[in-house]
Amino acid sequence: MTAVGSKCRVCKAPAVIDLPRHNAKFCAEHLQQLCRRQMAKAIDDFDMLSIDDRILVAVSGGKDSLAVWDMLIEAGYQADGLYVGLGIGDYSDDSGGYVRRFADERGLQLRTIDLRDDYGYDIPTASKATGRVPCSACGLSKRRLFDQAALDGGYDVVVTGHNLDDEAAVLFGNTLRWDIEYLARQLPVLPAADGFPKKVKPLVRLTEREMAAWCLVRGIDYVVEECPIAAGNRHLSYKESLNAVEANSPGSKASFYLGFLERMAPLLAGNSAAAAGALHRCAQCGSPTTGEVCAFCRLVEKSSAHEPVPVEMILPRRAKAGRR
Amino acid sequence: MKVLLRNPRREVEVAGGRSVDRLLDDLGLGREAHLVIRNGTLVPGDARLEDGDTIEVRPVISGGSA
Repeated sequence: MTAVGSKCRVCKAPAVIDLPRHNAKFCAEHLQQLCRRQMAKAIDDFDMLSIDDRILVAVSGGKDSLAVWDMLIEAGYQADGLYVGLGIGDYSDDSGGYVRRFADERGLQLRTIDLRDDYGYDIPTASKATGRVPCSACGLSKRRLFDQAALDGGYDVVVTGHNLDDEAAVLFGNTLRWDIEYLARQLPVLPAADGFPKKVKPLVRLTEREMAAWCLVRGIDYVVEECPIAAGNRHLSYKESLNAVEANSPGSKASFYLGFLERMAPLLAGNSAAAAGALHRCAQCGSPTTGEVCAFCRLVEKSSAHEPVPVEMILPRRAKAGRR
Repeated sequence: MKVLLRNPRREVEVAGGRSVDRLLDDLGLGREAHLVIRNGTLVPGDARLEDGDTIEVRPVISGGSA
């Protein structure tokens, strides 16, 4: 026997989720309504998108990027996807499969780039060759390739699936270090600038629990497994810390991040390198950079000359233990 | 009841007759970081789980930023 649970705040149908930060429970239909309204509010409040924009969505196969692609299409936007194959063993193979199935089933346009085939390296090799932590090599590669693909493809804007938890965790880390340069740039909209496309984050008002629930009630199949290299990284520990605060004080993450945007970010405007006019052209590729040669060109040069490194060689200790 | 856990993927047997929130507490898992799926349907924290149910506890935290 299965007991009947509690009711949706809106329609009194059986609830599928409780959201303590809203002090409410919702059925599948009204959970979706909440998510749609939160995304629309973010888009309106920060002037992220116009309905006739050509949008490029950075998709990984995870819940957030597939959810935001789904939500934008449902809302009537014209959005193509871009998937970057990172060469992180079976994890990348699986992730790419989820993205391709999502696009195929919905008849959506998907662009793909493969780091190994197209640039001669992968993330494990880049980490070893450059001494960067893997997540840093990954982030640098993806940011650059998304920017380039958007500019080359004539897109108006790049959309990423960064959610409230992502942004609150980054804000937490930047605040712990009082990194004014990064804090000044931590905005949900980065306007187009010379050599950079406009970049926006429509999910900043939604948590990752809400995004996972969106995928479940919409029947979106996504990669649930965590990236094996990311296990135990600092970003995840910040999320765990913030969730501990949230458990005792629901709404804290939203208050922390959205309050920063409303009251602190305006005070920091003008403190980034771009705002200070410190950028010039990379001597090799012409992209904006603060150095002689940009970080991406330096990474590609070192990594493509390095012998390929299998993912197992750079797994964190915790992930290796879990595989035994 | 069978409970599927992720990261790493594994299955454990847990006695029924408890709520979703109680199951997460008993497994030492945070409510803000997990969803619970009962017999293929998402359920809220006060839903009752019984012997014979098939349960998935799905983590929702992901992160690849440095």
